[in-house]
Amino acid sequence: MPKRFYVPMFQHIGEPCRPCVVVGQKVLKGEEVGRAEGRISAATHAPTSGTVVSIEEHVIGHPSYLTVPTVVIDPDGQDQWADSVRGLVNPLSVSPSVIQEKIRAAGVVGLGGAVFPAAVKMSPPKDKPVKLLLINGSECEPYLTCDSQLMVERAQEIVAGIDIMMYTLPTNQCVIVIEDNKPDSIRAMSQAVQPFPKMRVQAVPTRYPQGARQNLIESITGQEVPSGTLEADMGILIHNVATTFAIYEAVVLGRPLISRVVTVSGRGIVRPANVQCLIGTPVQDVIAHCGGLNPGVRQLILGGPLMGRAIKTMEVPVVKRTSGILALLQEEIVERPEGPCIRCGRCVQVCPIRLIPCEIAWRAKSDQMDRMAEVHLMDCMECGCCTYTCPSNIPLVHYFRHAKSVILADRLAQDKLRQDKARIQAKEARMEREKAEKDRQKEAMKAASAARKSAAETGKGALSEAVQQGGLPKS
Amino acid sequence: MIDAVLSMSGLALVAGIGLGVAAKKFYVQSDPLADKVMAVLPASNCGNCGYPGCRAYAEAMATAAAEGGRPVAINRCLPGGAATIQAIADVLGVDPVAVADAIGPQMAVVAEIQCIGCTACIKKCPVDAIVGANKQAHTVIADWCTGCKACIVACPVDCIVMVPVPQTPYNWKWDKPAGPHDRFVS
Repeated sequence: MPKRFYVPMFQHIGEPCRPCVVVGQKVLKGEEVGRAEGRISAATHAPTSGTVVSIEEHVIGHPSYLTVPTVVIDPDGQDQWADSVRGLVNPLSVSPSVIQEKIRAAGVVGLGGAVFPAAVKMSPPKDKPVKLLLINGSECEPYLTCDSQLMVERAQEIVAGIDIMMYTLPTNQCVIVIEDNKPDSIRAMSQAVQPFPKMRVQAVPTRYPQGARQNLIESITGQEVPSGTLEADMGILIHNVATTFAIYEAVVLGRPLISRVVTVSGRGIVRPANVQCLIGTPVQDVIAHCGGLNPGVRQLILGGPLMGRAIKTMEVPVVKRTSGILALLQEEIVERPEGPCIRCGRCVQVCPIRLIPCEIAWRAKSDQMDRMAEVHLMDCMECGCCTYTCPSNIPLVHYFRHAKSVILADRLAQDKLRQDKARIQAKEARMEREKAEKDRQKEAMKAASAARKSAAETGKGALSEAVQQGGLPKS
Repeated sequence: MIDAVLSMSGLALVAGIGLGVAAKKFYVQSDPLADKVMAVLPASNCGNCGYPGCRAYAEAMATAAAEGGRPVAINRCLPGGAATIQAIADVLGVDPVAVADAIGPQMAVVAEIQCIGCTACIKKCPVDAIVGANKQAHTVIADWCTGCKACIVACPVDCIVMVPVPQTPYNWKWDKPAGPHDRFVS
């Protein structure tokens, strides 16, 4: 166990969470430390029992190398679970909304890499029933073996998790998809699903990016996901095996998502392994646990070799999305300068969703952001096949990411302008209303004072009469 | 009594007819192009562009574009930023240019220790982005601030400063790759 945990408040897609503990507070394992803000958000929990020593800005494994608010916890060594950690005894007898609430409270997110809050996916809208549940057991990327290891060791739990999910959604068809180079996982899962006639295991060819949603669906159903739509529109829901396991733990044991399996690999690691790792553990502690680094490490990557993010410091903590920690030697990486495009078309051949990567990159290069919709930039999942295959070493995915962030920022700026305008109009309307109100009050006051004056005059008459009758009235 | 009523009614009638005629006769046709430009401006009338309000700036730009007179810079709108410049350029059919000050987007921050709680800035903020009460330190809602500087002018103790909008992982942008290395450059 590391000496110190760094639990970032931004580990998922959507709104970051807000710290709900104070410095000096004692927390128990599984206690909520970050509260979810908004609908698309996920709570974070204390990975172990201990004391909150600070809430500070800490670096995360983000390509910007920027920091986010982070709850820092010093463990007390007791590793004591909180009282709130209580599972459902018989989850298949309660209402689905109770299970959805359990998943939401546990802060479960998609552990395949998208880190989308699982509770949102588990509550499909009424008009889009789920016909088919796909459990993604094909590894996201080369090097990574965390999912396959989990299937070998936790097949029973995963199947129990699937059973709960099929009851909650509800749906009555489920396919567990595993790549054919993992016979152990296929064997373990096939055995585990035998008592459940509605589930089956299907092996698919090992071919990156098999784990991507579009490719998974095409392999199983033969259908293509149309551009700009989600698999939910086709009545399909995909969950990763690790997410399924997390859902099992959340519902049956009541445990929030505070740990995950991480592949620690690459030739730079002395003892490569899959480790069950608490969220918030600094990368250096994980690497130390695996025997440390070999000499000559050129690059440290969080995630897989194609879609992962290079990190500059080992203080970065393991978060919910960290599927792997790779230490790569010189021989494993390619570092050559970008050359001109020779129009060979290899990127077009390898694109798994049939985009034209070179065309998108040309447009990004010349800042033609308004013409990106024609080439479906936003459909790109950044799998990296085009960059990997490019003989000119053009960082195609980098161009796409640049273009995507520019377009996204522009959209946000437009949204803000619209909001600004609404606020300005609201304020003007309010000022006018207030002015009218004030005018009315002034009128009323004038009328009141006039009335008082006349009343006083008549009152004076009454007073003199009273005086004449002898004696002043009291008050 | 009846005299008073009649004379007042007569006056009202005359004034009403006069106003009606004047409205028709002296009707100012508003420039449709200026209306279009106005639609993309923030309408906060902050005056940072150097014109008395958004309407005046919109009209100046529209007139210059239509009559080809002295060109009016389209990059004067501080709260609008790059998005507004792009929108103006689209409406007027001209090339977008860089934002007037190259310092990037800015936002106001109240030095709460100096704030006397006079609420002068709250009244001036066009987007209601400042919260606070009498004799309580005020603060700026960072996400709502447009950087128009209206509060700075209003503050009697100069406790509001403009700072660059901080970079966070949420608003961070991927840089653009440098492009191919040109091997023929000596």
